[in-house]
Amino acid sequence: MTLDVAWAIGWVRLSAQTVTEHRSELIELDRQIGDGDHGENLFRGFTAVTAKLDALETQPADIGEVLKLVATTLMSTVGGAAGPLYGTAYLRAAKATGLPELDSHGVVALLEAALEGIVARGKARTGEKTMVDAWAPAVEAAVAAADAGATPAAVLEAAAAAAGAGAEATVELIATKGRASYLGERSQHHMDPGARSTELILRAAAQAAE
Amino acid sequence: MSQGSEVRVALILVSHSRALAEGAAELAGQMAPGVRLLAAGGGDDGGLGTSFDAIESAVATATADGGSAVVLTDLGSAVLTAESVLELADADVASRVRLADAPFVEGAVAAAVTAHGGADLATVHASAEAAGDMFGAGPEPAAAAEVAQDGVVRATVTVRNPLGLHARPAAVLARMLAGYDAKVLVDGANGASVLALMKLGATEGHELRVEAEGPQAASAVEAFVEAVAGGFGEV
Repeated sequence: MTLDVAWAIGWVRLSAQTVTEHRSELIELDRQIGDGDHGENLFRGFTAVTAKLDALETQPADIGEVLKLVATTLMSTVGGAAGPLYGTAYLRAAKATGLPELDSHGVVALLEAALEGIVARGKARTGEKTMVDAWAPAVEAAVAAADAGATPAAVLEAAAAAAGAGAEATVELIATKGRASYLGERSQHHMDPGARSTELILRAAAQAAE
Repeated sequence: MSQGSEVRVALILVSHSRALAEGAAELAGQMAPGVRLLAAGGGDDGGLGTSFDAIESAVATATADGGSAVVLTDLGSAVLTAESVLELADADVASRVRLADAPFVEGAVAAAVTAHGGADLATVHASAEAAGDMFGAGPEPAAAAEVAQDGVVRATVTVRNPLGLHARPAAVLARMLAGYDAKVLVDGANGASVLALMKLGATEGHELRVEAEGPQAASAVEAFVEAVAGGFGEV
């Protein structure tokens, strides 16, 4: 079983949908420890990505092409730190997926490249209360699932569940990176909005593979 | 002299605020006339933020004719967005653009004055980054070891203008000294660095000690003494 270009497009459309549905929640999370624009920014970015997909005249040849479209659009429309961070994640993922289909290890390569992009751009590590705290366990779970012979859909399920647990675990962390780090201990007892949006986007990936 | 040389390296000033980017460009432009200063401030909607498109367009402008540029950024997403623009750019373009890890205003001023002298990309970049070392510290420690050698041309001159070596005269002196093939120290500080000169805090009546080494040491010292004694048109 493999995932194809239609999956990638479905993932993007479901990402737009979930970001729209959780727009207020992300705004509220970001208002507590940041500047309150994360929900609005992601909504604007993914809305723009959907519009570009709608306007495509020819079907993308491979998965990387879809992800590159997402990368460039998010970079120029999202603003804030999330634009370059997600943009770089999709860009590196695109470079790792210049293929018409992905097997389980291909999915792992996609997720690993995305995490590498975020770490390279944001220079954050786990435990700093950032989106890395959702991405890192997601990649770890994906590797374990693929090694155990899981299907691509099951690999994404495992990644999404781990991202959710990772996002939940950011609640008790004190931010040491990003805007929330200005708050120091006052950043505790709030979920990191970037970790939460990571979970939503990975759940969309899993849902598109069902 | 520096004034006649071709100015090749542009500066791209990326700030969350349009007003801050344009203000830094105005300030640096006054001290280094003719240097290409591209302000990329604010978000796409004109409010606070950083615009990928504005930075991309500034990079395209700066590199269009084979030119190069140093990018100065203020906070967080300005840095990330500038890095993203370069990651997406053609390798040829990206190789001619360098991000400076430098304080925004001081870095812009220092880099602009260095670019004005016709310095290459690496030198302008280094000048911006060295601006970060100017915070808080005393005179550069390396300076003390470089005096009292044979072949050093020395002179003293008293500051005459009431405001002393403030930004404008410091920029005039730094630009002028950068044009000579000589290493010039003023009270132990690098004479070709506008920030080092400003940091001396030399006010009216202060006696500046100038020392120069190199093929054009004598004419550099002579020009320096003449400029300071002339009061920079302020007396």
